[in-house]
Amino acid sequence: MHTNSLYQEVILDHNKKPRNYGKLDHASHQATGHNPLCGDRLDITLQLENDQIQSIAFQGESCAICKASASMMTAAVKGKTRMDAETLIHEFRELTTGKLDTNLPHHLGRLTVFSGIRDLPTRVKCAILPWHTLHAALNSLTNASTEADQDPVQTIVPDHS
Amino acid sequence: MNLSNVSVKSETPSSIVDWEKIRADFPILQLRIDGNPLIYLDNAASSQMPQQVIDRLVRYQTTQHANINRAVHYLSEVATHEYQQARYTLQHFINAQEDREIIFTSGTTDSINLVMHGYGRKFIKAGDEIILTTLEHHSNIVPWQMLANEKGATIRVVPINDKGELEIEAYEALFNENTRFVGLIHVSNALGTINPIKKMIDIAHRHGVPVLIDGAQAAPHIPIDVQSLDCDFYAFSAHKLCGPTGVGILYGKAALLESMQPFKGGGDMIASVTFEKTTYNTIPHKFEAGTPPIAAAIGFAAAIDYLMSIGIEQIAAYETTLLEYATRCLNQIPGVTILGTAAEKTAVLSFTIDGVHPHDVGTILNQDGVAVRTGHHCAQPIMQRFNVPATSRASFAFYNKKSEVDALAAGIKTVQKIFL
Repeated sequence: MHTNSLYQEVILDHNKKPRNYGKLDHASHQATGHNPLCGDRLDITLQLENDQIQSIAFQGESCAICKASASMMTAAVKGKTRMDAETLIHEFRELTTGKLDTNLPHHLGRLTVFSGIRDLPTRVKCAILPWHTLHAALNSLTNASTEADQDPVQTIVPDHS
Repeated sequence: MNLSNVSVKSETPSSIVDWEKIRADFPILQLRIDGNPLIYLDNAASSQMPQQVIDRLVRYQTTQHANINRAVHYLSEVATHEYQQARYTLQHFINAQEDREIIFTSGTTDSINLVMHGYGRKFIKAGDEIILTTLEHHSNIVPWQMLANEKGATIRVVPINDKGELEIEAYEALFNENTRFVGLIHVSNALGTINPIKKMIDIAHRHGVPVLIDGAQAAPHIPIDVQSLDCDFYAFSAHKLCGPTGVGILYGKAALLESMQPFKGGGDMIASVTFEKTTYNTIPHKFEAGTPPIAAAIGFAAAIDYLMSIGIEQIAAYETTLLEYATRCLNQIPGVTILGTAAEKTAVLSFTIDGVHPHDVGTILNQDGVAVRTGHHCAQPIMQRFNVPATSRASFAFYNKKSEVDALAAGIKTVQKIFL
């Protein structure tokens, strides 16, 4: 694949001007995600009311792929129910690991800009880290990692099929 | 006979060596990545293999392979002979006094673990101190931490200055009556710093402390003479010297190796076995349990022969011209910062680009066929010292050329354009 198709305008824009960047003062749920291979680190705080994500924020040190993924994720899940968010987490994982048939109905919308990452296995974890961390936050697990038994590519994210 | 001159010197100055012709020895450099020629600048991670070494491996596998030290049949004798010849080649390469001081291991990490188990677990006790440096690769940190935790020993760390050079006075001040061991990297894999190991070994010996040198990054670029260094242990891997993966050596002074306990138990490392008692074999066999990497060791020796035919000093001189050129090129690009500016360096350039994460740099450079390493380089203490999560690292070999440095610089400008 040609990498330019990954570093598209929308990803570069979210990297430069991340949405929902920061930390919620009164979060009902939170988690820290960590990719020890590249040192990426991400905190997610969110406010869940009546099983709906009222507000969400992220902050951390990471590469452009991870940051844009986090930014677009927070925009996508805000206002969604926990179940809808888990569906997006599942679909995003399937997309980035090349298992999602984008011709069939899905809920990812503009998030499909990340589809090209399936050709760059070393970067898949960069894109998935925010989603994995969101899953951990929603399930009251305070830590998430991309490695070992916490590897999101191998485990954790529930299979809704 | 002192073989050091034979090992590392050749009569031709580097300016006369035909580097383009040497480059043609490496078939992998003909590859194209996404339609672009491969520009391989990740030699500190692993170097490429010339046709001569590939041919040697093929010849061994097609006409010489059997298990060694066992059977009386023809092939076993040939393989045993070739394996022993490989040991002599390595002995001469680092000017060891005796061939039994060369132990074939699976690589540098294995060599260091051998010293930790064989020497450390036998001689290091609670309250003892082990000196390491900020520049160590994780492979020369973690084994000693495991030992320190097991024994109740303490690790002391030599700091570095802003150029990435060890602070020798601070090193000397770390010694006390509890100091039992020094683990020291010869050349930093992350920054390229060449450490003054001769001086540091002398200091340790004045305090009666043995020194292990991690030479993984040094052996491909610096002539090594273990007798003149007077190091107690020296370790390096074949795959960074144009040889195969899965093999390396540990050099150890014979008296030290003899005093150590075995690391791994098994065949070949014994003299006799009953269920009541095992008598261990002599060195180096005591430390080579099981069937060793015979083919890889023979390939290792072929790689050493190849490098010696060019001359390590010629290689170093040529690589220095690449390093100086690359340093000049990258220094001219605003927003690029080079980490590691030691006075003595091998051809390693660790750098950051303002506002761009190294992993994005690596992915975009790859688009132009430029292979660099990005990450913490298994040297997280260095990253912490410079307060960066990671860097991009270009590391050059003698088969690289200036036009490839230009491609790196152009690639960096592309990265900056994308992230403008």
